Amino acid sequence: MGSNKNNRIFKIFQYTVLILIACVQIYPLIWLLTFSLKSNQEIFGANPMALPEKYMFSNYSKILFEGNLIRYFFNSTFVTFVSIAISTLLSAMAAYAIARMRWKWKDNMLTLFLIGLMIPMQATLLPLFLFLRKTGAYNTYFALILPYVGFAIPMAIYIFVGFLKSIPQEMEESAFIDGANLFQIFGRIMLPLIKPAMATVAIFTYLACWNELMFAITFISKEEFKTLTVGIMGMVGMYATRWGELGAGLVVATMPTIIIYVLMSKQVEKSFTTGAVKG
Amino acid sequence: MNRVLANKKLIFIFIFPAFLFFSLVVIVPILYTGYLSTLEWNGYSDSIFIGFRNYVEMFSDFPKGFTKGIINSGILAFLSIFVQVPLALILALVISKGIKGEGVFRTSYFIPVIISTTVIGQLWLKIYQPNYGMLNYMLEAIGLSELKRPWLASTETALACTFFVIVWQYIGYHMLLLYSAIKSIPKSLFEAAKVDGARNAQIARFITIPLIKPMIKVCATFALIGSLKTFDLIYVLTKGGPIHATEVPTTIMYRVLITENNYGLGSAMAIFIILECLIFTVFIQKAFKTENYTY
Repeated sequence: MGSNKNNRIFKIFQYTVLILIACVQIYPLIWLLTFSLKSNQEIFGANPMALPEKYMFSNYSKILFEGNLIRYFFNSTFVTFVSIAISTLLSAMAAYAIARMRWKWKDNMLTLFLIGLMIPMQATLLPLFLFLRKTGAYNTYFALILPYVGFAIPMAIYIFVGFLKSIPQEMEESAFIDGANLFQIFGRIMLPLIKPAMATVAIFTYLACWNELMFAITFISKEEFKTLTVGIMGMVGMYATRWGELGAGLVVATMPTIIIYVLMSKQVEKSFTTGAVKG
Repeated sequence: MNRVLANKKLIFIFIFPAFLFFSLVVIVPILYTGYLSTLEWNGYSDSIFIGFRNYVEMFSDFPKGFTKGIINSGILAFLSIFVQVPLALILALVISKGIKGEGVFRTSYFIPVIISTTVIGQLWLKIYQPNYGMLNYMLEAIGLSELKRPWLASTETALACTFFVIVWQYIGYHMLLLYSAIKSIPKSLFEAAKVDGARNAQIARFITIPLIKPMIKVCATFALIGSLKTFDLIYVLTKGGPIHATEVPTTIMYRVLITENNYGLGSAMAIFIILECLIFTVFIQKAFKTENYTY
């Protein structure tokens, strides 16, 4: 009997701690949402933790239509999606060559790509900067797509190689017998088969590109090519005393990611664990 | 089929585009950084070859704070491995037992992982803000107003506050990795232990933790390498200040390269950071000898 009672107290304690931690994790984001709907007087005058007295949706319309937020949003979307498309296709091809084709150096090639996982991006900043300035690619979309693709490739190849090795060879064999060439086999048989791995790679690359700050802030200074992260850093100075509008900008920048997560949380969580399987 | 799969031209077509991007962005820049690190150069005037002098200057020039940065990243790495990962492990052990609301807890712990560090940095700047921020207000509301302070502007609290944000952002990631490792252990093992009369704590200590050791190693590696590479969050929160209190090697390197145009010294710092990452990765792989289990 005594142990039963202890058990119940333990359970209550356990849930209290779990719920408390969940609040610490989630409440700051809810707080962001509430201050994005408040007026300045309310933010700097009243209880910062209260709900908005009057919901200032004008913070959102101001930030969207008076600044360049829509432009930044488009740029982030464009750069992210082009990077995902290029890195996914090229990595899938390279992974196919490493996992399925026969040549002497394929294991060394894989090791070389995997070392890329450990390289800090910051170490390549200056050479890339000099290269972009020399080629005139500084302040273009390409200035971001190039490093994003380059740094997405190691993880993508790692995931694809693991996945390709689990696919039996029979399907390719019968296609060969039917006279298909390698490109047809890759495009019509392999790509459809590795779709789950492609989703994993795409999510990973999306998060890396959508959230990237250092390259974006160094390689882009023209307003028309700025991405959301750079745009927000710029807005910070402009809206230093207008928290409501800055908050609205932060919420807008975060929304796509939250929506993607809500719609495909299983796939998102799976992609994170797949990326870590070997380490 | 074998002939086609061994066709050199086809292999080249498949591997070359990815290799080209990877070389342009990773391999060539690193080699070039190595070369630049032996120069004295500001990007405009003629460069002078000075051998390893930048590497010496990096550690002797204290005003730039590189040594302080290394110590700070060491502190962050230590705390990440010995505070963040164990906390994540406890959370993973508790919620993986199949408690009520398992999915809700998992999701709420994980959400900060996917949000941009820029947004997180701005949000926490507002939380720590001394006059209108949430933290000082909460302290006052619960009667602890003597604890109120300018959290990020004080050299005593800035690093701890930064670390708290790092834990807040990444604990869900470590939790998820450990959680999924626990979930892949066959249920029959736990059932057998229960039949034998093992308590939860014993099951965790003698079954779960030994079996997920490889994943604990992965988490420790990520926590370590992540600390050595930290940049975005500190850049947004404090830019390394106040008075180098939150400086890490990457923030100093960024400033030396981009603001001061000291290309040689900055490149030497970059090479140092790469070597640090590679050496510590190898070290941690050796330190945690683990076996992989197949069920």
